[in-house]
Amino acid sequence: MSGPALHLAVEIDGDGAHPAAWRRAAHSPDHLLTPRRVAQVAAIAENAGFTLITLDDGVLPPGASPDAVGRIGAVERAAFIAASTSTIGIAPVVPVTYAEPFHVSGQLASLDHISAGRAGWVVTEEERPEAARAWGRQLIADAAARARESRDGVEVARALWDSWEDDAVIRSVATSRYLDRERLHYIDFTGEAYAVKGPAIVPRPPQGQLVVLGRPDRVPAAHLDVALVEGRELAEVATAAAAAGTPRVFAEVDVALDTPQATAAERVADLERHASWRGRRWLRHVGSADQLVSLLAELSRHVDGVRLHPLVLDEDLPVLSRLVLPALSERRLVARPLPGTSLRSTLGLERPANRFAAAAVAAQEDAR
Amino acid sequence: MTRTDPLDVPRPHAQLHFGVFFQGVNHWTIWSAPDSGSQIDPASFRRVAQTAERGLFDAFFLGEGLRLREVDGRIHDLDVAGRPDAITQLAALAAVTRRIGLVSTSNSTFNEPADLARRLSGLDLLSEGRAGWNVVTTDNAWTGANFRRGGYLDHADRYRRAEEFLTVARALWDGWGDGAIADSAGAREWSVPGAVRRVRHRGPQFDVDLAPTLPRSAQGHPVIFQAGDSGEGRDFAARNADVIFSAHGNDFDDALAFAEDIRTRLRGVGRPDDDLRILPGTEIIIGATEEEAQEKKRWIRLQQVTPATALGIAGLLWGIDLSDRDADGPLPKEDPVVTENDGSFGARRITDPRTVMAEWRAKAEAHGWSLRETVIALGPQRGHVGTPSGLADKFAHFVRHGAIDGFNITPYLIPDGLDDIVDLLVPELQERGIYRTEYTGTTLREHLGLRAPLIHRSAPDRRQAG
Ligand SMILES: Cc1cc2nc3c(=O)[nH]c(=O)nc-3n(C[C@H](O)[C@H](O)[C@H](O)COP(=O)(O)O)c2cc1C
Repeated sequence: MSGPALHLAVEIDGDGAHPAAWRRAAHSPDHLLTPRRVAQVAAIAENAGFTLITLDDGVLPPGASPDAVGRIGAVERAAFIAASTSTIGIAPVVPVTYAEPFHVSGQLASLDHISAGRAGWVVTEEERPEAARAWGRQLIADAAARARESRDGVEVARALWDSWEDDAVIRSVATSRYLDRERLHYIDFTGEAYAVKGPAIVPRPPQGQLVVLGRPDRVPAAHLDVALVEGRELAEVATAAAAAGTPRVFAEVDVALDTPQATAAERVADLERHASWRGRRWLRHVGSADQLVSLLAELSRHVDGVRLHPLVLDEDLPVLSRLVLPALSERRLVARPLPGTSLRSTLGLERPANRFAAAAVAAQEDAR
Repeated sequence: MTRTDPLDVPRPHAQLHFGVFFQGVNHWTIWSAPDSGSQIDPASFRRVAQTAERGLFDAFFLGEGLRLREVDGRIHDLDVAGRPDAITQLAALAAVTRRIGLVSTSNSTFNEPADLARRLSGLDLLSEGRAGWNVVTTDNAWTGANFRRGGYLDHADRYRRAEEFLTVARALWDGWGDGAIADSAGAREWSVPGAVRRVRHRGPQFDVDLAPTLPRSAQGHPVIFQAGDSGEGRDFAARNADVIFSAHGNDFDDALAFAEDIRTRLRGVGRPDDDLRILPGTEIIIGATEEEAQEKKRWIRLQQVTPATALGIAGLLWGIDLSDRDADGPLPKEDPVVTENDGSFGARRITDPRTVMAEWRAKAEAHGWSLRETVIALGPQRGHVGTPSGLADKFAHFVRHGAIDGFNITPYLIPDGLDDIVDLLVPELQERGIYRTEYTGTTLREHLGLRAPLIHRSAPDRRQAG
């Protein structure tokens, strides 16, 4: 582990983690799907000093009526945020259960260019059968088949990111060559379900490879930079973290904080009258900012980061930014990302060598 | 220069609309000059979009290609190549521009409606009604090698798929009634009961069942562009498009014939014949004097058509690899080899190489041209060259006679290639009353002076001929 003990990510989809969060939001519902709202939340997260924003997504509506049923695509929101922020990392959720890996890879590589190396990818799955009907595709029903799609999707995306070597654009006036075709590579991926030829259309992303986050039971550890681990108890999280086998591990934590107007418990109770806060197998903190600081300090002994899922963004983000992050920063448990730094280097991850360039060097050495 | 009396022309009040096409792949974007910038750096996109917005352009366009070009099975290495995903890049530009339209070229063959319609809708909302979709239809198996479906060969089906794709997309865009989301924090439900309609579509191409997730934008839904020149392509445009990105903008007679053809097709499908904007792609080269402009054109052509590019273009015509010949020498002695499909993508397929070559030989001999000079003089011609005032008169003539509605300008330099157009040409156009002096609307649909989206018009509306 390098640098500060803990990196903080925050999930900012919709109005918060609770399905009825919109009822306590500081704006009217029809303001949610506007550029001003998207930019505003991102600015608060960036100013607070978070390392990373994540944006949930899927082809289906985010919830069921009477709660919010609208959502702008995560990649589009992420690109918009990238252009209106300067230091925070941005990772859209993109499931590859039915999507085209070639498109997904290009969209994410573009996001990395747009953000100058601040992009990540949270890999998830479209689990509900309705998603197949939405896409007009054959249902990928069982967990093993969905895991195969995730694995293959990530493998294709990663191979495509390497399909241009870093210096493939040579602009050689002497030879009239814009590209060095020796530094462009077909990926010739052949999986069980499909094949992809390559190379990419988008030049290699600034980070070489984006930071890939996902659940270690869904995506092979070798394909993940950050495992998102679950567990209702600290001990469970610690065990999962130890077993993850990925360069970095983040714990998932639901949070509801005391605000000057109401205690966390009151706020949760208010929303529970309308809908239930999904029973996820995550740590859940309902209480004061101080207690959260202690919990995060505790967690920092087991994980490299935490992804917070605030109950209601408009209520919890201000508390996080006024009380929690400053307290952690004072205890040197977190540091804000530095301008001009890639998400990889903020996380202390190396910029990976290009697999094809590395192969070419190895082949040369073999030939000697 | 004499000016046309505006009252003497068919469209005295016609306005010129400009778009900028940030080209991703071609040899027309000069990459070798000292002031050639990056084709991928976000700053290049921002600079071009903001300059276009300063020049009160209607739209900023991005093209799309889903496989790197190859010649004879090898990646083509002479041209600018490599670009960002269009919608993703445009969503970023939505944050740093205020008025300009943002148009994505996106393929209807290698996308699925639920996904693409939603991505375009997101762009439309993030830009508050400034999105456009240029519907393209590549049908080659070669591009298919990058997608789950693999090859996709059936040429006859591509516009049928595009049309059904649009039908599904429009249904999804229209799935939410106006004011579908509650406008008060105290509302009982987030969306107004009954305002969100499920879309069930079962057709030959698509079988989709989905509750759409987005409201209509300030302009209803993205403006539909079409770029394809076949009869089927033109009919598709007449039935579905708001704008045609055409290839008929160099020569007045050719442009007018194209526009008349489109107007006839529009009337044929019951649309007013002023319902579609025709924006040919073009390059504009400006000089302070006519001579200076011609001199600049010569310099630009030499940058664009390097010796290697000249040999490449001639090689496609001859059907022979000419890359080891001397571009500054004479034309090859051999006869062209006529091949069915040589597997070269991204270059024009030449229909009758023998006739073309005979003409090249005759002209080269008469003028004493080298191979490279011949390619420059007789290869694909593009664009308009002149002084700001001369060009403004010419464009006034084009637009007032109904040959075009504007241009989609392809700058030969990135990112500064629009500067002289905005600084020198636009004021001349404004002086002639054919170009806006400020944005009067906020949406792309408003900039283009379009009626409501087709789907929102009742049948009688459609019959009102213009
Ligand atoms: C001005 C113009 C620009 C085009 N730009 C693109 C593009 O960016 N990407 C693409 O795949 N096709 C592009 N096309 C190709 C068309 O969408 C279409 O596939 C092609 O013209 C063949 O269709 P057709 O048989 O109707 O002419 C363009 C065509 C024209 C005329």
